[in-house]
Amino acid sequence: MAQDKDLTIAYDPWHPLTQLTPARIALGRAGMSLPTRSHLDFQLAHALARDAVHIPLDFDALKQSLDNSGYESQVLQSQADTQADYLQRPDYGRCLNERSIQQLASQHSHAVDIVIVIADGLSSKAITNHAHAFLQRLVPALTDLDYQLAPISLVKHGRVAIGDAVAEHYQAPICITLIGERPGLSSPDSLGIYFTYHAKANISTDADRNCISNIHANGLSYEQALKKLLYLIKEAEKLQRSGVALKDETTDSDNGLAEQQQASINFLL
Amino acid sequence: MYKTSAQHLSYDFKTLANLMAKATPARSGDYLAGVAASNHLERVAAQYALADVPLKQFLTEALVPYETDEVTRLIIDEHNATAFAPISHFTVGDFRNWLLSEDATTEKLTALAPGLTPEMVAAVSKIMRLQDLILVAKKCRVITRFRNTIGLENRLSTRLQPNHPTDNAAGVAASLLDGLLYGCGDAVIGINPASDNLEATARLLHLLNDVIERYNIPTQACILAHVTTTIKAIEHHVPVDLVFQSIAGTQKANESFGINLNLLNEAHQAALALKRGTVGHNCMYFETGQGSALSANAHHGLDQQTCEARAYAVARKFKPLLVNTVVGFIGPEYLYDGKQIIRAGLEDHFCGKLLGLPMGCDICYTNHAEADQDDMDLLLSSFAMAGGSFIMGIPGADDVMLNYQSTSFHDALYVRQVLGLRPAPEFEAWLIEHDIFNAHNQLKPLTEMPALFKASIQKLTGGH
Repeated sequence: MAQDKDLTIAYDPWHPLTQLTPARIALGRAGMSLPTRSHLDFQLAHALARDAVHIPLDFDALKQSLDNSGYESQVLQSQADTQADYLQRPDYGRCLNERSIQQLASQHSHAVDIVIVIADGLSSKAITNHAHAFLQRLVPALTDLDYQLAPISLVKHGRVAIGDAVAEHYQAPICITLIGERPGLSSPDSLGIYFTYHAKANISTDADRNCISNIHANGLSYEQALKKLLYLIKEAEKLQRSGVALKDETTDSDNGLAEQQQASINFLL
Repeated sequence: MYKTSAQHLSYDFKTLANLMAKATPARSGDYLAGVAASNHLERVAAQYALADVPLKQFLTEALVPYETDEVTRLIIDEHNATAFAPISHFTVGDFRNWLLSEDATTEKLTALAPGLTPEMVAAVSKIMRLQDLILVAKKCRVITRFRNTIGLENRLSTRLQPNHPTDNAAGVAASLLDGLLYGCGDAVIGINPASDNLEATARLLHLLNDVIERYNIPTQACILAHVTTTIKAIEHHVPVDLVFQSIAGTQKANESFGINLNLLNEAHQAALALKRGTVGHNCMYFETGQGSALSANAHHGLDQQTCEARAYAVARKFKPLLVNTVVGFIGPEYLYDGKQIIRAGLEDHFCGKLLGLPMGCDICYTNHAEADQDDMDLLLSSFAMAGGSFIMGIPGADDVMLNYQSTSFHDALYVRQVLGLRPAPEFEAWLIEHDIFNAHNQLKPLTEMPALFKASIQKLTGGH
């Protein structure tokens, strides 16, 4: 395939804009359609993302690295036995399996304020690349605020709602779930955080949660995500609830985004 | 009791809801809910039985209880018996025959819409093939207006979706300009904000409003925040063209979205009062998708396609500019593969159009579904053949914020070319005026930026 300028391709004169976004812009066209290289680039990204869904998370390695940082953790599993089960049965992914329920029940647990749940979700890469690094900011921030934390629960084949059962077990008012988001073509390792106040298994719904998504290299930074999360915790305690009634009113200046926005002021205006 | 027999086996479907579910073409969400037919024969037996059900039955046997569900109350209380009269003697099977007949003209279908309930159209769709869904939908015409006219014959509009992972203004503007220069954006320029809060929503609304005004683009803007955020934005005098909300087909599912009919009405009234439309006043933008009710555990034993059709009753109440079925976004638990996604997209378009809605389709899939670009090409081509009102336009089909694949600017050009479909007339005139399109519905070859945007690009590249 020729790398030189191909006369049958119409190139887009706004190519400099590509530095402003990870989006696939200024692709040019062959007739009205995608040029060969852009088409194949897309196919490659799709192949990688498809494969990413099926890469299992190495739970032992994750637990080991958390141990090394002095974070107490435990590995649990949902009712989904396999990734195929997980993909087709969201109901399985929302409930702990019998062994995990026993495991929790056998613990002598004291009252805590917060549970942190880490679920592989749809992208093990998101957890591998970001979970530990984010915890290293989150855990000290929460401890500084005098919150008591339960051991971190690492849940295999877990969906967002799996956190509810864990929070209920520890009678913790605050549930923070880190989960691998569905892999995108341009971000196969995007981490999401779901925050639920007074989570109740089989009762809490999406309207009761707040979501902070797109945490990855081209998305939200750990610091930005942490600020949003701490804001949500503070406001949820005031309102005594989370979800639709609780708006994330952090502004760009709170998040350190203001400078970034300023630097990239809209060139169209 | 709905009884039938097939191949010496007798079937007894306990309720209308049960019958509807068993008659539905196979899809993973109905298996997940445990309501699907257990084998092929049972499905066809249910389809025979469903074909014999009088349409009137849907007015007396509510699939979700009237007393506890405001969507059912909306459907029943606002049913127009006069409009229904010409077909009130039909069974579901008769209804299919009539829809396919030459007697079912555009005029008659338009007049009939208020007499149809979501359950009636869902039922008939279950005994139709894809070509039936396409043929009948093609005869429906739903025209809506705000700053341009959407849904005219041989027109196809696009929602320009310039999402960015952190709502960065320049990043949004880059995708926005890319889309405009590929001829997209007449349905709406609509951004899914990365964070649903007033500050981010207001900033993006101002951005889109300023661009639309500065370049005098005959289109409308929307930030797809929760309806409560948009109401706050209106209260703060932020320029709001369209109010967005995801909706579903049962009260309980809508509650899981944090909405109800009163709240939607409040938002609708607030947006109407702004009087920002120039050629019309359709100012709501709704999104739906099969599986949302089950996902919220609020499906009441119904199949997901019937739940979806019920969401259109909610949409219809507020005279939307656009209704978008986001067909493959929810994932393989509900629509497993390309085959299921394609059928669902065409069913939703058919049901929405018969009920009088301006149906578009987010022809899309996620990376954990068994689907690829070839499947999207099939749905895109058949959706456009069916007269779909609008599709998405996303740079390179890759949404870098929502992490899924939809249709690209190039895809829109493909289908315009193959089927001769033009953008909304006001927008087409703007494209031609600014040297983006020629008079033959094609992009003009560009060696440099069109005059309209030359200065802005120079600003970026430092005047070179």
